[in-house]
Amino acid sequence: MNQVLVSALQLGISLFLAPLVPGVINRVKAIMAGRRGQPLFQAYFDLAKLFSKGSVYSRTTTWVFRLGPSLGCAAALTALALLPWGAAGGLLSFEGDLILFAGLFGLMRFLTILAALDTGSAFEGMGASREAWFSALAEPALLLGLASLACTAQSLSLAQILSGPGIGGGRGAAVLLAAGAVFIVFLSENARIPVDDPNTHLELTMIHEVMVLDHSGVDFGYIQYGSFLKLWALGGLLVGILRPKTGLWAADLAAGLGGMLCVGIATGLVESLIARLRLARVPQLLVAAVAMSALALALSLVR
Amino acid sequence: MTMWVEGFLVILILTNLWLLGSSRLLSCIAAVSVQGVLLGILPLVIRIDAPLGRLLLQAGVSLALKGIIFPLLMLRAVRSVDARREMEPLVGYSTSLLIGVLLLAVSLYTGLRLPAPAEAAPRLLVPAALFTALTGLFVIVGRRSAIVQAMAYLAMENGIAAFGMALAEQEPLLVEMGTLLDAFVAVFVMGITIFHINREFDHIDSRKLSSLKDTPQ
Repeated sequence: MNQVLVSALQLGISLFLAPLVPGVINRVKAIMAGRRGQPLFQAYFDLAKLFSKGSVYSRTTTWVFRLGPSLGCAAALTALALLPWGAAGGLLSFEGDLILFAGLFGLMRFLTILAALDTGSAFEGMGASREAWFSALAEPALLLGLASLACTAQSLSLAQILSGPGIGGGRGAAVLLAAGAVFIVFLSENARIPVDDPNTHLELTMIHEVMVLDHSGVDFGYIQYGSFLKLWALGGLLVGILRPKTGLWAADLAAGLGGMLCVGIATGLVESLIARLRLARVPQLLVAAVAMSALALALSLVR
Repeated sequence: MTMWVEGFLVILILTNLWLLGSSRLLSCIAAVSVQGVLLGILPLVIRIDAPLGRLLLQAGVSLALKGIIFPLLMLRAVRSVDARREMEPLVGYSTSLLIGVLLLAVSLYTGLRLPAPAEAAPRLLVPAALFTALTGLFVIVGRRSAIVQAMAYLAMENGIAAFGMALAEQEPLLVEMGTLLDAFVAVFVMGITIFHINREFDHIDSRKLSSLKDTPQ
């Protein structure tokens, strides 16, 4: 019972703090660029504004378009509920939940793509095509990385995998490689800079942003919140792989939150220091991530 | 200690993937040079059963040659022939990386089944050596520019040197130095040849070399 309470508390904290990470990233970018930047809580203000608005629907769209954002947000929320934060596991935890964890992001993407195609706009179709293309390459990297971690931990549940010895154990190299691959997937899936520029509105380069142009008001709020949750969940996975394990839930949670802050800062640094890749070069980066994951899996299979 | 060795070998494997995925000539040279430095230090990390003086000499010579002199020679060749700074691949970079993963699987499969040459050699050493040699071979086939092929030849040599490290207990110093000298001469000759080919034909595209043969009129 206590365990469930702790897990629920952790999920609540995650849901509340998720919009803070983009704020941290933006603040780091602003400092690196010598600006003051937007308020740290800008994402909360945006969400509050969006949720108090009404939605406008095009006459060409159907129920698919209306359902996409809220279902996508729900998928991200479920994925977050699967993610353990240390000693107390995730709220939902069972053997094999890592497949569901990866699958829920696939579902979320599928719904976004479907809603984008439903508008009938050629522009959104282009974005959907790009998103499908890149995520098809990012998914093997994520799954192979998770497989390598599962192999190291000898278990198929995220709670077991993320409470293993981590980089301190005998297979530090494999865990580090898997973490590197997950970080690339994290950047790509969350439309971060080497892959996609979250600030750009240039049609030639947009990937994720294109697909959500026709959503407005509450629906757009769901999409925004869903993307914050996705950022938090994938970042939490990365932190879970790398963070030191204590065994006490409060210490684990503190380490996890500190880790999320580090992920935000690292992302901000990457965005400030690295230029966006040319669109044709993005698959190369993702294939490199697949190669790293495959190497990690091979290393954890050896012995 | 084993963790350090494993880390070294993993970085060695990663430099191969870097070589496969990089699109720039200079970054390719950097990859091979990092490989050379790693291979120079590796005997010291593995602690082959040999006198320390010999180990230091071997490491120093191989580090200086493979990590510094060869890359400088290659950089000089790049400058003197005014080579294009891109790699001109026959096989695309992403495909190369995927083939690299396949080669890695093959070398892990075979490398772990070969009888371990030396007792003390770490398990990953033979697969990593095989993978380095195979990567070099693949890059020789998969890239057009003669300079890249020379770099790939060096990577292949690195692989063979790493393989030798697994046998190093039985290998005398003289043989080690002999192979290094051979590699040095080879790279030297390649640099000169690339320069001459470029001066005669205004390119170093190895695909067109076959058109040099006598064709019946």
